[in-house]
Amino acid sequence: MTARELLAGGLRIEAHKQRSTKAPIRAASLVERYVIPLDQHSGLPAVPLVKPADRVRMWQPIAQPAPGISAWLHAPVSGEVIAIEPRPAPHRMGAPTLSIVIANDGRDERFDNAAAIVSFEQISPNEACEHIARGGIVGLGGAAFPTANKLESSLCENGPQLLLNGAECEPYISCDEVLMRERAEDIVFGARALLHALCSPNCTIAIEDDVPEAQAALRQAVDKAADPRVRIKVVPAIYPAGGERQLIATVFDAEVPHDGLPADIGVVCQNVGTAAAIARWIRDGQPLVSRIVTVTGDGVREAGNWETRIGTPFSSLIADCGGYTERMSRLIMGGSMMGTSLSHDDLPVVKATNCIIAASALDLQPRGLEMPCIRCGNCSQVCPAFLLPQQLHWYLQPFDGGQLARHGLLDCIECGCCDYVCPSQIPLVERFREAKPLLTRELDAHLSAHAARARFLARNERLARLEAEHRAKLAEKRRPKNEPTS
Amino acid sequence: MITALVTIVVLAALAGVASVATAGAPREISLADRIDALLPQTQCRRCTFEGCRPYAEAIARGAADINQCPPGGERTAKALAGLMGVEPKPVGKEFGVVPDHPAVAFIEEDACIGCTKCIQACPVDAIVGASRHMHTVIAADCTGCELCIPPCPVDCIVMRPAPAVAR
Amino acid sequence: MTFPTAPAPHVVAHDSVGRVMRIVIYALLPTVALHVVFFGAGLLVQIVLGAATALISEALALRLRRKPLEPFLKDGSAIVTAMLLALCLPPLAPWWLVVSGTAFAVLLAKHLYGGLGANPFNPAMVGYAVLLVSFPVQLLQWLPPAGMDIEHVKLSIGETIQAILTGSLPSRLTWDAVTSPTPLDALRTNLKMGMTMAEAQAAPIFGTLGGRGWEWINVATLAGGLALLQLRIIRWHIPVAMLSAIVVCASLMYMIDPGTYAGPIFHLTSGASVLGAFFIATDPISAATSDRGRLIYGAGIGVLTYVIRTWGGYPDGVAFAVLLMNLSVPLIDRYTIPRIYGHAR
Repeated sequence: MTARELLAGGLRIEAHKQRSTKAPIRAASLVERYVIPLDQHSGLPAVPLVKPADRVRMWQPIAQPAPGISAWLHAPVSGEVIAIEPRPAPHRMGAPTLSIVIANDGRDERFDNAAAIVSFEQISPNEACEHIARGGIVGLGGAAFPTANKLESSLCENGPQLLLNGAECEPYISCDEVLMRERAEDIVFGARALLHALCSPNCTIAIEDDVPEAQAALRQAVDKAADPRVRIKVVPAIYPAGGERQLIATVFDAEVPHDGLPADIGVVCQNVGTAAAIARWIRDGQPLVSRIVTVTGDGVREAGNWETRIGTPFSSLIADCGGYTERMSRLIMGGSMMGTSLSHDDLPVVKATNCIIAASALDLQPRGLEMPCIRCGNCSQVCPAFLLPQQLHWYLQPFDGGQLARHGLLDCIECGCCDYVCPSQIPLVERFREAKPLLTRELDAHLSAHAARARFLARNERLARLEAEHRAKLAEKRRPKNEPTS
Repeated sequence: MITALVTIVVLAALAGVASVATAGAPREISLADRIDALLPQTQCRRCTFEGCRPYAEAIARGAADINQCPPGGERTAKALAGLMGVEPKPVGKEFGVVPDHPAVAFIEEDACIGCTKCIQACPVDAIVGASRHMHTVIAADCTGCELCIPPCPVDCIVMRPAPAVAR
Repeated sequence: MTFPTAPAPHVVAHDSVGRVMRIVIYALLPTVALHVVFFGAGLLVQIVLGAATALISEALALRLRRKPLEPFLKDGSAIVTAMLLALCLPPLAPWWLVVSGTAFAVLLAKHLYGGLGANPFNPAMVGYAVLLVSFPVQLLQWLPPAGMDIEHVKLSIGETIQAILTGSLPSRLTWDAVTSPTPLDALRTNLKMGMTMAEAQAAPIFGTLGGRGWEWINVATLAGGLALLQLRIIRWHIPVAMLSAIVVCASLMYMIDPGTYAGPIFHLTSGASVLGAFFIATDPISAATSDRGRLIYGAGIGVLTYVIRTWGGYPDGVAFAVLLMNLSVPLIDRYTIPRIYGHAR
């Protein structure tokens, strides 16, 4: 398919999901060591509650959230903490980050989590948020933002509308699709818990129009729950329809302010995987210690979705898939449009690991030689933020901060659509990604210069005023002496 | 006849469109304003003027060169040269050294005697404190002008690298 | 095991500048074919000369600018420029016209501004404008189209090449016998001489809708243009805006005085209206950027084309209209930045 056949209203892009959705979800093999990075969620790294040589049981809390935005971490297996040290992490592109390393004793002795199992209707919404936090629940769509923090910041007077994101628009990723097929009831359960926690009037589950089986399963689960607040909304399978802001625009026909959050327009968006994780936590007492990971691509022998404990090395999952093929050439965490490419597979699965692509040249279609921009405008036709990428590219060389700001460089969501359709094969997103911090710095400098000027002028004015007052007072003092007394 | 009429009508319409289109455009701003906008607003007086605004006015009336601003460095000199339509040149050595990294003042609080001299010297009101109480620099508001250093009787003010802007 | 890394996105569509330009070239072929049917093989010779000049100029400029030759020679943009310019020239125009025009277009209008993607003006139209103001006589010497009741001289390929390269015709013919003004030109001249519109259009070079032959060439161009739209090489904004502007202007003036002003159909089917709307004005490099900007840009070209045709002294207005609007692109772009997601209007 050529670029132009895909252009109409977004980017219709080959999904590459059939291979990984053939088989049902399988459990990934257990390994000897689990590596749990402390900073695998957005916000601040968690603070360890254990030290080396401690024994931990499965599901036991091993790190607590730092003040602010942070999340709990739990042991995925029972065993011994053998180290708390920097280990390479996939969300840091392979750079080392402080991690708890647990040696698996293979016994899966459970931590007593009975208290975790609560009946949601009996606790207050605030308690519900706190309870969700203790489950270590973070957004499973890829950003890993702590769910409790998001819920707290979304609380509003009449309760925000809840949007469950099942629009898995990025190619290759199918963990949400299989989740909806096989565990739709968990999702609906989690949705109802979230409705309670948010005092939300209704919940919309968004699902793409190209996954009929998942739709059917979800519909069945919703019917079974017979909760009039929960409804399903089918959205067109256009990349990046599943981006939070794009999905909100599709479902509610409203835009999130560029400098605001969905909560500002009374919406809170959660991934369907997050809802299912909440269900497991409050129904079964299982904190977020495992997730479904899609392993696919022409670089592995067998593709599939694996229920994987957090901390499992990528290499073990690859082995579960029968190992690499000879064509294997690039390892990607995430989808083919926004995923991170990694240099090796000795990295642990983290809460944000939704997909591992072992890509071959067949998947990748090597980029052609970069040519100058011919301003064809394909990029601006597909940009979901309505930007003019060709103009942004023009103003990058040389760097023109004013124009870049005017043209909304900071509103770029780095979805890669412009890159995909560019006939000149310009790596636009990479350039934009590099330029954003430069622009932010320039804007900050501009703002602080502006503030400094204002303070300088105000000070000068104040000094002048004081001086004038002082003179007036002196004059006042002198006057009675000169004036004749009566 | 018709040609003339049509031409006049079309021109009038175009003028109308143009006036509507430019109605929201900003008013004419003075040259000094435009120069001032390019200056870093450190108010450090290294240019020999009493602050950025006076320097801008001096350039505008031709009383100063474009290369007198060390905090702005090459970038500012270049931008000013562009605005004034002159050849860019490096910052004059007599005005001071171009800093590699932005710096802010820091008061060693153990040593501060609370004399308020630095507060009076600060051109941008970035030092807070009261007489005979410890003073401190608001790092986010400090422009790194160093004007507070000479007045300090106990030499307790040092320059430190500016903290990265928190986002 | 280690793997090389690369920034996202990891997949891109198979597309290239070369493919875009090739499709434009293919879409021009129906026009070229009908042109040859009506006016003889001269155009083919002009295209060959122009393309050769364009490639040589391109190579020279690239060498001077120390750029790689191969990717830029293969991108096809120089050929498109050469074809568009050749289509605007009389089929039997002397060889040095097309050579100097194309060389000027590629060397000065394109590479002096930074080469592919950086030229603010449409190179083909710059080349044409330079030729038009420098050699107006040669550019007005069109041939009469092939047709039943009109004197049309058939030249063999050899004779055509000879005429273009040496300027000499076979002994049985004179230049006066083989040339004729274009319909737009004839109309203006006739009207200036005090004829009414009906009298002016009674001349044999006029056909049912517009100029004889030209009307069919324009239909072929329209077909090629629609193909470009269908393949999404171009988008509808510029052609629709430009043609509508011409129709509106022409209808308005026609309604005011049908005796002096030609109707909209005549304007659409004569000269380079359709070629301009689909192939020249749509050159994205020198056009406005946003959809709204392109509507304004296209409409501006349409209005200026009509004005120059009707009151100007040149055979057609498209070239100057395009160049004038190229000039106003920065202004248009400035005021037509689209609203960004999440920003208030």
